[in-house]
Amino acid sequence: MKNYKYSEITPEKVYIKRRRFIKSIGLGLGSLTLGSMSLLNNAHSLENNSELTSYKDITTYNNYYEFGTGKSDPYKNSQEFKVKPWNVSIEGEVENPITLSAEEILSLYPSEERIYRLRCVEGWSMVIPWMGFSLSKLLNKVSIKTEAKFVEFESIYDPTQMKGQRYPVLNWPYKEGLRIDEAMHPLTTVVTGLYRKVLPNQNGAPLRIFVPWKYGFKSAKAIVKIKLVRKMPTSSWMKASPREYGFYSNVNPNVSHPRWSQASERVVGGSLLSPRVETQMFNGYGDEVANLYSGMDLKKYF
Amino acid sequence: MLTQINQKYLKIVIFTLSLVPIFFIIYKIITNQLGPEPIKDITHHTGKWTLYFIVITLAMTPLKKITKLNIWINYRRMFGLFIFFYASVHLMTYVGLDYRFDIISIGDDIIKKKYIFIGFSAWLLLVPLALTSNKQMIKILKNKWKKLHQLIYLISLFGAIHYLWLVKRDLTEPLIFLSVILILLAFRFKFKKN
Repeated sequence: MKNYKYSEITPEKVYIKRRRFIKSIGLGLGSLTLGSMSLLNNAHSLENNSELTSYKDITTYNNYYEFGTGKSDPYKNSQEFKVKPWNVSIEGEVENPITLSAEEILSLYPSEERIYRLRCVEGWSMVIPWMGFSLSKLLNKVSIKTEAKFVEFESIYDPTQMKGQRYPVLNWPYKEGLRIDEAMHPLTTVVTGLYRKVLPNQNGAPLRIFVPWKYGFKSAKAIVKIKLVRKMPTSSWMKASPREYGFYSNVNPNVSHPRWSQASERVVGGSLLSPRVETQMFNGYGDEVANLYSGMDLKKYF
Repeated sequence: MLTQINQKYLKIVIFTLSLVPIFFIIYKIITNQLGPEPIKDITHHTGKWTLYFIVITLAMTPLKKITKLNIWINYRRMFGLFIFFYASVHLMTYVGLDYRFDIISIGDDIIKKKYIFIGFSAWLLLVPLALTSNKQMIKILKNKWKKLHQLIYLISLFGAIHYLWLVKRDLTEPLIFLSVILILLAFRFKFKKN
């Protein structure tokens, strides 16, 4: 599967019309059959998995342990979170370390709509119309030294505002990392919004990373520091359970996880009757990114 | 003391109450109140109620000893059957709804994922107990019946470990279940010694 162009996605108006039409059929038959039951109507809406996940599901079904471990906790607990003022420092093995405010970053690099699939390591997926720009643009600003081999992302640490951080669920602050060529890949995105709106707090406001071919946890939220380093960084999840979470964590249906099926996934927003969908290598972005890993044993470097 | 008629009514009341969790989830399905991952919601709901009924069933004997009332034992077998009922709905949600009877993928899961292996084992062990839960079988098996039905001790531990192994990070709830089950099992040993 390719990344979706906006033109490939059903426009909202057409989508709503279609839904109404399906519903009307359902209601018409309702007196005779169970067709009026919403779970049966919904079965039509996810026939192909390229349909955008609803704004509601994207913004109320999140893994963001800083705000709690439940899926609805981030939505409930992040509404008061302050994203102004916000600074991001880019440091480490660079010629010109720099600290930029979120506003400066937004004005320097205009955001474009980028519709990517999100595959969570837990076996569910979404299709999200992010707003953002390639991280490479930001990294090019600081002149990376040749010694730099990896990029480490650090999320904000503020237990007064993020009550999940008051418990040692993970090693706070949240840390993630990429190899430099992964970080420079045009698909690696600095996210500034979604559904053409400002990024909601529960989705990682004001700025987060999104790496479409990796499991969701690789995409750090609410980042405050981008550090260029020589050695492979240890991410929070690697520290928590190195056997389960590798540094690369590329979406890979051939590498199984002790808990969740990685061969298939459930598309969020589906009904009881929608089937599982086969998970694709590199989450369907193999044409763009497979060359980054040529010659590597991806079962070993999972 | 309760008369026999009252006891019969009480049994019907308890039976109906034990069905509330399944009606609750059916109501949520019909009114479309499940979350973005409805199958996961059903799986978790029925799994949790299986564990609740394990705890309730295991609590009957200690309650009998503590209160010195025999009445608790009258409901033990029924609660045991509700363990089997909720465990079977739980299993069928996974096999039928989630995996659509894709036996190859399910077999793969059972072999590769230890929490599924132990959960499935627990369900298999429940089958002979459910099949021998009627009065005739008690008469036929006599002393062996009690021995056979002590399998529930092992099943209860399997159930708690199944939950413990499947959670990602926050182990609080599975550890509470495991502790409660261990305490209830410890009662058995204490009584035997006495």
